[in-house]
Amino acid sequence: MSAFALSAFGERRPFRASWQVRLAWLALFVYLVYAASTLELSWPRFVQGLGNGAHFIGRMLPPNFERWELLLQGLAESLEMAVIASFLGVVLSLPLSVLAARNLMPAIVTWPVRFLIMLCRSFHPVIVAIIFVKAVGFGALAGIGALTIASVGFLGKLFTEAIEEISLKQIEAVRATGASFMNTIVFGVVPQVMFRFIGFSAYETDANLRNSTMVGIVGAGGIGGTLFAAFQRFDYDFVFAILIAIIVLIMIGEVLQIQVKRVFKQ
Amino acid sequence: MSAIHQATEREWHRFTPAERMARYVIYFAIVAAVVVSAQSIEIIPEFLTDAPEQFADMFQRMWPVAWSFYPQGVQAALIETLNIAALSTVFGLAMGIPIGFMAARNAVPVPALNYFARFILVATRSVSTLLWALFFVAVFGPGALAGTCAIAFHSIGFIGKLFSEAVEDAQKGSIEALTAAGATPSSLILYGYWPQVKPTFWAIALFRWDINVRESAVLGLVGAGGIGMALDSAINLFQWDRVAMILITIFVVVVIAEVVVTQIRKRII
Repeated sequence: MSAFALSAFGERRPFRASWQVRLAWLALFVYLVYAASTLELSWPRFVQGLGNGAHFIGRMLPPNFERWELLLQGLAESLEMAVIASFLGVVLSLPLSVLAARNLMPAIVTWPVRFLIMLCRSFHPVIVAIIFVKAVGFGALAGIGALTIASVGFLGKLFTEAIEEISLKQIEAVRATGASFMNTIVFGVVPQVMFRFIGFSAYETDANLRNSTMVGIVGAGGIGGTLFAAFQRFDYDFVFAILIAIIVLIMIGEVLQIQVKRVFKQ
Repeated sequence: MSAIHQATEREWHRFTPAERMARYVIYFAIVAAVVVSAQSIEIIPEFLTDAPEQFADMFQRMWPVAWSFYPQGVQAALIETLNIAALSTVFGLAMGIPIGFMAARNAVPVPALNYFARFILVATRSVSTLLWALFFVAVFGPGALAGTCAIAFHSIGFIGKLFSEAVEDAQKGSIEALTAAGATPSSLILYGYWPQVKPTFWAIALFRWDINVRESAVLGLVGAGGIGMALDSAINLFQWDRVAMILITIFVVVVIAEVVVTQIRKRII
């Protein structure tokens, strides 16, 4: 029945894929098969991996909270890094995004600033953290630097897009009253983008919190360093305790972020 | 008469007192958090004042860039990085979409399953790529397989969260019509939900691939394959000219990935 229906109506299918699209899909499929073949995944390796994984998880249980002071100290440092980096990120991104918005500034200003923002965004925070660790030494300062760069890359882009989407009518109205450039920004632009900015900033704080638990792996401060040290000493039960603490911290952060957004939703 | 007079005298506010209070509490909390953090964080002042000089020194060592290092040391690692990014996106989608669907309250009206799925989404996202990579290096040994699994597992949370939001935003009309016609659960998904969430699905896939290209560049630091391995060894050997070469490569690839994603998005979405 269905075979009959297909052969009868097959010619009239309205959304038939063109041969170019089919070729693209085929190319993608072939590429994925090739890429998978480079992984050297074999059945014995998989079985052995399952054994290793079971052994690993067995040693993680039960979580060991004995060194909770060290744990709390690391978490506090991560939290502080995230807060400072988010603050600096927002403060730096606000002027940069005004300079990068194509509806407010001439191209000669926007291009260099856009390039700067893209440069900040293109490197993973951990890579930036490595460079900061080499330049300013181990510790929280390197982490703050790396997270700030990442925040500028992310917030700069989102703020700029938000500013570029505003309605120009209000700006014209403010300008028509003879307002200066700063007044145009404060009374024409800011009210239109305020809520979105708060949402982006809250999201970025959340992201910084996640990343601040990671940059410690390369020596840039925070709980990541504690975790990596425990990992290298095979204290897997302490590793698990740290992981639980990180997950709880990030869950709290996410709940707070949603609450803050709700308050500012007018 | 006096009533009208009273009405004109009334003071109008944009927010209720409770709303204003909530805002002030948040402003205060933000200021307090920044001040407390700035005071209690341990920063060595000498490091801070020394930073510009150190940066200048580092960039000086990076110049001239070791362009000749690309064919022998970077290209193979770069291809491995791109393979990891593509495969981990596919595996991440394969795991994240079912869990995301399970987390959507309208599609799966079982609260226990919703909460379970949501917990998986938050937990996989909270454990960063590097931590997943440490785990999978312990499981599979160093190499691209560990890296692929690490990014795929980290992607579950992101993909699942966005996908479950898209499913929850789906219009009820066509789904109710299908239910009324007696559709099976599989055709409900295939003809009710899928056409509605398809654009979001492709947007998520492209966006995640773009992120994964960036992420796969750091995996090598813990031995999980890709260009990070070349970066790590160059940094450890203080070969800053090679570090510069690798950083430039990463930058170019990331920019190309972003352009590709923007172009495909324009065409298909």
